[in-house]
Amino acid sequence: MNARRTVRGLSLHAVVWLIAAFVAVPLLYAVISGFKSTAELTNNPFGLPEHWKIGNYLGILGDGMFWRQIANSAGIAIGTTVVTVVASAMAAFVLARYAFRGRELFYTLFTIGLMFPFAVAVLPLFLMLRTFGLLDNPLGVILPQAAFGLPMTIVILRGFFRTVPAEIEEAATMDGCGKFRFFWQILLPMARPALGTVSVLAVVASWNNFFLPLLVFNDPKWQTIPVGVQQFQGQYSTDYALVLAYIVLAMVPALAFYAVAERQLIGGLTAGATKG
Amino acid sequence: MPSSVSTLTKERTEESVATPTPPPARSLLSRWGSWASVAWFLVPALVLFLVFVVAPMVVAVWTGFFKWGGIGPMDNFVGLANYTKLFDDEVFIGDLWRGLYLILMSVLVQLPFALFTAVLLNQKLRGRAVYRMLFFAPYILSEVVTAVLFTMIFLPGAGMADHMAGFFGLEDLQGKWLADPSTVLPTLFLVMIWKYFGFHMMLFLAGLQSIPSEILEAASIDGAGAWQRFRYITLPLLGPTIRISVFLSIIGSIQLFDLVWVMTAGGPNHSSETMAIAMFQFGFKRYQVGYASAISVVLFMISLVFSLFYQRYVLRRDLSGAVTSGGDR
Repeated sequence: MNARRTVRGLSLHAVVWLIAAFVAVPLLYAVISGFKSTAELTNNPFGLPEHWKIGNYLGILGDGMFWRQIANSAGIAIGTTVVTVVASAMAAFVLARYAFRGRELFYTLFTIGLMFPFAVAVLPLFLMLRTFGLLDNPLGVILPQAAFGLPMTIVILRGFFRTVPAEIEEAATMDGCGKFRFFWQILLPMARPALGTVSVLAVVASWNNFFLPLLVFNDPKWQTIPVGVQQFQGQYSTDYALVLAYIVLAMVPALAFYAVAERQLIGGLTAGATKG
Repeated sequence: MPSSVSTLTKERTEESVATPTPPPARSLLSRWGSWASVAWFLVPALVLFLVFVVAPMVVAVWTGFFKWGGIGPMDNFVGLANYTKLFDDEVFIGDLWRGLYLILMSVLVQLPFALFTAVLLNQKLRGRAVYRMLFFAPYILSEVVTAVLFTMIFLPGAGMADHMAGFFGLEDLQGKWLADPSTVLPTLFLVMIWKYFGFHMMLFLAGLQSIPSEILEAASIDGAGAWQRFRYITLPLLGPTIRISVFLSIIGSIQLFDLVWVMTAGGPNHSSETMAIAMFQFGFKRYQVGYASAISVVLFMISLVFSLFYQRYVLRRDLSGAVTSGGDR
């Protein structure tokens, strides 16, 4: 009995290890290859580097362009998140707690947005942004990203706002609290966990967006990290080790953010998915 | 007691004045419910949404009726000609088949794999928290970073994949991967699995944790084996999660762009082209904006029809009950 259990435990571990290798090997390959020269990478793709060469990584970290792309991505992610969360919270507030004619209609309109593929809208969006003069302007990325983030954010926040008991609202009104103060000083502080979750989702979505920054920014000074990675690969396509070092460094902020915000992120995705 | 009854009836009447139609709001203070204050809160989101989400769709539909290069006046109205041309185009029909291939592979290969992993990690296992974090990590990376990473791995001659194929005696695959029309789609699909199975695994884990262990224990006592417990208890109770997962997989496969664009740009010779790639090629590389808009519209119609159908007939029972959303609708 005990032996059988041990065998079962061992095979279970073997299977998990196999899956872990499937996920981890490409990542480790990139990290380790970044320490090699391209010549060594071609001859010895798997082993550890003979001489750990930190020049690839140091060169990129010393390059202003890399930091500029990080800063652009971060700024745009923050801008997108602020716009998305503020607009969504306000809309979700009335959609959750007011009774007015057409409320469900507005809510349905926003939820239909969950089905709008971004790829579909991108061509006319580009034409519109050109007309508005928003090309090579961060707002040309922030506003559309925020708009596409609204549906999911509104769905999550409305669900949360509905769980705040009506008694709290009544008590606040009795004490002479107006609707704006109730929203800002009572509801939003209570909703801090939900706001954290939707903010994390918005940051990740913005950070990873490629399509829109690619189209909107012609001027390299606005390039974001995903666009930068693609351009870098095009530029140094034969220096494999250097390209791998670049993507490893591009991964670091995203993975660091994941490590910090893991709980909100996963909570938000599972809640968002099941409520969508 | 009487006072609470009177508040209740008072609320009722207020509510029925404010919303004559169901469903009633759970909480409301109708004296606040004037249109002006509703508008004040709703307008920012509404304007943003109408301008940047709805309007582009309308523009796409309109542009799809024109032969237009993207610059200058849009004056060559061609009616449905872009659409008839699309459906006569063998490459575009191929795009549809390739989309279907990715959908089927996602649903029939990726989701079972994700479910298997979730069941595995739902057991008592040393280090399972670490495994969860690791399996989910690729989902955080952008598709572009993922795409460049795997472009390097699949580089003919120099990449890790060729060396591994040599090690396992699969010399036939060497140099092919993304470079050969017969292998490019399965290779892309492999990258999709790498990137997305962890996300579905997380959904399944959340679903698995909502299954009361008492049910499984009771079945176990009644003599049900592991497979029987999975087949007759776990699987049916995971129904809502699986249906959501299928929905997200299908929508995601239809709209796949970044990954394919960076890895193959649709090549070689259209063999990995999808609808979104074709739209981008025509719209931004070949300046046939009217034609590209028609592709957008077809892509949109497919997504919309599928979503409405799926929500109406497949997800309805989940959303109407209290199974998935904690019952607030």
